[in-house]
Amino acid sequence: MDLLSNLALGFQTAATLQNVGYAFLGALLGTLIGVLPGLGPVATIAMLLPSIYSLDATPALIMLAGIYYGAQYGGSTTAILINVPGESSSVVTAIDGYQMARRGRAGAALSTAALGSFFAGSVGTLVLAAFAPPLTEMAFKFGSAEYFSLMVLGLIGSVVLASGSLLKAISMIILGLLLGQINTDVISGVPRYSFDIPELTDGIDFVIIAMGVFGFGEIIANLGQPSESREVFTKDVKGLWPTRDDFRLAAPAVLRGTALGSILGVLPGGGALLSAFAAYTLEKKISKTPEQFGKGAIQGVAGPESANNAGAQTSFIPMLTLGIPPNPVMALMVGAMTIKGIQPGPQVMASNPDLFWGLIASMWIGNLMLVILNLPLIGIWIKLLTVPYRFLFPAILVFCSIGLYTLNNNNFHIYLAALFGVVGYAFYKLSCEPAPLLLGFILGPMMEEHLRRALLLSRGDWSTFVSRPLSASLLGAAGLMIIIVLLPNIRRKREVAFQDAD
Amino acid sequence: MKIKSQRDFVSGLMFLAVGIAFAIGAGNYSFGNSAHPGPGYFPLVLGLILAVLGAVVLFTSLSIERDGGDPIGAIAVKPLVIILGAVVLFGFCLPRLGLLISLPILIVVASLASDEFHWRDALISSVVLTAGAWAIFTKGLNLTLPVYPTIFGG
Repeated sequence: MDLLSNLALGFQTAATLQNVGYAFLGALLGTLIGVLPGLGPVATIAMLLPSIYSLDATPALIMLAGIYYGAQYGGSTTAILINVPGESSSVVTAIDGYQMARRGRAGAALSTAALGSFFAGSVGTLVLAAFAPPLTEMAFKFGSAEYFSLMVLGLIGSVVLASGSLLKAISMIILGLLLGQINTDVISGVPRYSFDIPELTDGIDFVIIAMGVFGFGEIIANLGQPSESREVFTKDVKGLWPTRDDFRLAAPAVLRGTALGSILGVLPGGGALLSAFAAYTLEKKISKTPEQFGKGAIQGVAGPESANNAGAQTSFIPMLTLGIPPNPVMALMVGAMTIKGIQPGPQVMASNPDLFWGLIASMWIGNLMLVILNLPLIGIWIKLLTVPYRFLFPAILVFCSIGLYTLNNNNFHIYLAALFGVVGYAFYKLSCEPAPLLLGFILGPMMEEHLRRALLLSRGDWSTFVSRPLSASLLGAAGLMIIIVLLPNIRRKREVAFQDAD
Repeated sequence: MKIKSQRDFVSGLMFLAVGIAFAIGAGNYSFGNSAHPGPGYFPLVLGLILAVLGAVVLFTSLSIERDGGDPIGAIAVKPLVIILGAVVLFGFCLPRLGLLISLPILIVVASLASDEFHWRDALISSVVLTAGAWAIFTKGLNLTLPVYPTIFGG
């Protein structure tokens, strides 16, 4: 039993007092920065990199990993409580989680998120331990064409998740993709749509749009209503724990989310993010009551939360086994390993077995600590919601504004977010849903890169996307999804037409 | 032509205008060809798609009947101006006056947006939130935020 002896070695390494301490420190720090909007794991790990010079490699990596998955937990807390996703992968959690909180079910939403994440994290860790080598083979099969098709599938999925007009949801995605074009072109190095403003040449940080549109826009919309009808949160909070009914609905969603996240997390390029979106789409598709989604369906919290946590764990696979960082956090981890004189790649497992397996075992310990750390906090978060809105909204503004400034120690980002506040309020007034826009914005640059690379490889032949079987089946699934969404629409319109003919 | 959905009419116009603006802007960058797509390739195509979608939304807003004309309703000018004004003011003050002065300004100005404004509440918020933010961000996380006005050498 290789797996067992490997895990035994891992737990031996991870369970030392020092390593448990660093896992705890990382998880705590991660939760804290995840809760504070604007301050992400990338910035925190970057700030902490110098301090790991004095640490051994194993505790250093254990702490950095703890920050990463701790932030996934914390990010969902703000998404549920104040509708400001602290992390890009909690954008979907905000949709139904915030609605649950508004209906007095914040406790159930938070504990479902925490327990689902723990389960998914544990399974993700096991998957990482057992399947690291074979799963890496799968990631190799993905070329640019497949990535592009996968993202098309993800975007189409986000249309399905919008509850309003299909046409407007697609328009919002394209608008998001276009906003993502404000950057420096990766291939030619030309700054695009920057209007000679230096801050715009790096592109807009997703946090700026999320805070402006979701945070500021929401506050303005709330204050615009007379205080009697505002009722942002129901006063009577019903129970901290999920009910038996919740468990019945959430448990299968957690299982599906975990499976989906474990697979998608392996793929380089937004693994945790894509898996959260894919899980939401899946839950809504197979639900018997899809009309509940967007109005506080517990599956809409359980599925994506499990998926992004499983994805966060398995995204270590390409980094640890191939030395290829699938996202910016992993890129920093590679940097940290290099600082400690370890060459990331296939040889780590053989040359530093105690580091490799110790890191994996520490993730399980860290996830357990996160649950222990977070469950008592739920009560405190709930108390926060009983604070009257006239005290709550200045607090949200304070945290958002400071978070915006610390993105780059630059007040330009605050001005930009204020501009997106106007845009967000306009979206609210025009009933345009902002979630698809944010997804398009996040995926846009990656999509463009893969599209252009795939076209370059095929010498401009667009058929490359359908002639490769993996890519073709992904696009096929996307097409199928559109047809399924359109069918009821067509039927309804035909009914109307027939009535008119009478 | 009668507008049958005010919200869709305006959103259609918005998509159309933004799409055209991006497509025109893309003209500044090289288009390339499909084997070597240039920096203008993606935004031009996307801009045109958005413009077409916007036109379709605009068309449906004029042709498909809706309940009560789907009105946009009153715009909350007061909260819009005050909240975003407070945020912009904070952005302007922070590097100059530091956290300990800028935060109370942000909180008091923003509180004016609420129709339940009381000086007492706004002052309580200012003290509690400023102390809390200082403790968490400056002391706890060691972020390099300007705390004191620059004239005091901060």
